[in-house]
Amino acid sequence: MKVVKAEEAISFVNDGDSIMIGGFLTVGTPETLIDELIKQNKKNLTIICNDTSFEDKGIGRLIFHKLAKKVITSHIGTNKETQRQYIEKELEVELVPQGTLIEQIRAGGVGLGGILTPTGIGTVVENGKQIIEIDNKKYILEKAIKGKVALVKAKRSDHLGNLQFEFTARNFNPIIAMAAELVIVEVDEIVPAGTFGPDDVHLPGALVDYVVIRRNEK
Amino acid sequence: MNLKERIAKRVAKEFKPGNIVNLGIGLPTLVANYVPKEMNIFFHGENGVLGIGSEVSEEYANLNLTNAGGRFINTLPGAMTFDTAFSFALIRGGHLDYTVLGGLQVDEEGHLANWMVPGKLIPGMGGAMDLVTGAKKVIIAMTHTTKGKPKIVKKCNLPLTSSRRVDLIVTEYAVIEPTDEGLVLKEIAPDIKIDELKTITEAELIIPEDLKIMEL
Repeated sequence: MKVVKAEEAISFVNDGDSIMIGGFLTVGTPETLIDELIKQNKKNLTIICNDTSFEDKGIGRLIFHKLAKKVITSHIGTNKETQRQYIEKELEVELVPQGTLIEQIRAGGVGLGGILTPTGIGTVVENGKQIIEIDNKKYILEKAIKGKVALVKAKRSDHLGNLQFEFTARNFNPIIAMAAELVIVEVDEIVPAGTFGPDDVHLPGALVDYVVIRRNEK
Repeated sequence: MNLKERIAKRVAKEFKPGNIVNLGIGLPTLVANYVPKEMNIFFHGENGVLGIGSEVSEEYANLNLTNAGGRFINTLPGAMTFDTAFSFALIRGGHLDYTVLGGLQVDEEGHLANWMVPGKLIPGMGGAMDLVTGAKKVIIAMTHTTKGKPKIVKKCNLPLTSSRRVDLIVTEYAVIEPTDEGLVLKEIAPDIKIDELKTITEAELIIPEDLKIMEL
């Protein structure tokens, strides 16, 4: 783990990368890293996230600045711009049930090829996918998802990169950190190793590549 | 009491002490207002919380603690927060006693459509498909009609949320239970007659002998 400035961390992101980003609406979203993606004008990104937040907040800003070519997400209802770009075919949107999406990412991070879920059976979600029957119940085979980069927001990190999340800001964050080649974490503070004990580490620092301290809110 | 409050109040009567309940965004959220504290209901938010207390204003809020609608909340003693994978493990794994969701359409087979209107409204399914698939009981809380058009239809023409049959439909005028035989009218509001109810319901309703009057 290395502590770096946002500018340096985001310089490792390339145009066209698939990027997993934490957050539910705006909660648990690495805003400083998103600022930097916009500043460095990273383009043609495939963004994998729970929802596209709002036009002027969180992940929604990446959509507003047209940095994405594709979004894999469960909900775009709070962001009119995502819906507009989708309807006008400026942006590819793959809508995935929330529980399926997180489990596909989890599978990607834990060495599984995919998952079998009953969610979506008998709906448009099953179209084009393999259906597998086990003990007379139908399941959809949903393939694992991995990303090139994970942009994670944690409450704090110690100097070894061990992470703690807070309340509902945890959401996708620890899961995406398992499923990407490059893990960049934005934290509110960095504390000495040992400040929080083994039982209170939510994600081991060994999985973290770079830590960036969140810029103060304007 | 407005129509939505009337629906919410009736839905709240379904729960038993200690139940785990997920309330959808919008009308279903109002249900919490009619659940007595001593019921010790654990409200679940799919964003990663079990044991939601009430909404709080921003000056008292921890900005990292919200419900699934993004509103700031507090938690009750005994609450737990977790990541999205665990949250949906609770949902899909059958650990939720109830989910209460809004609906665009419910049909004679008890199928729900509530996540998109092609070409017009594309919010996405969010957690709805998992909730309907996994919760022990699914209650649909919705107004009986929208702009005068029936929402309880013969067959949904909007994309389905799940092929699972929902367990109960509660509107301002009726409590309806989808069964193998069709939609059974369990309760009717005191301010509407059966004939009037039929005119605002496209689906066939089965009227049982023990039809009850909805308590408002």
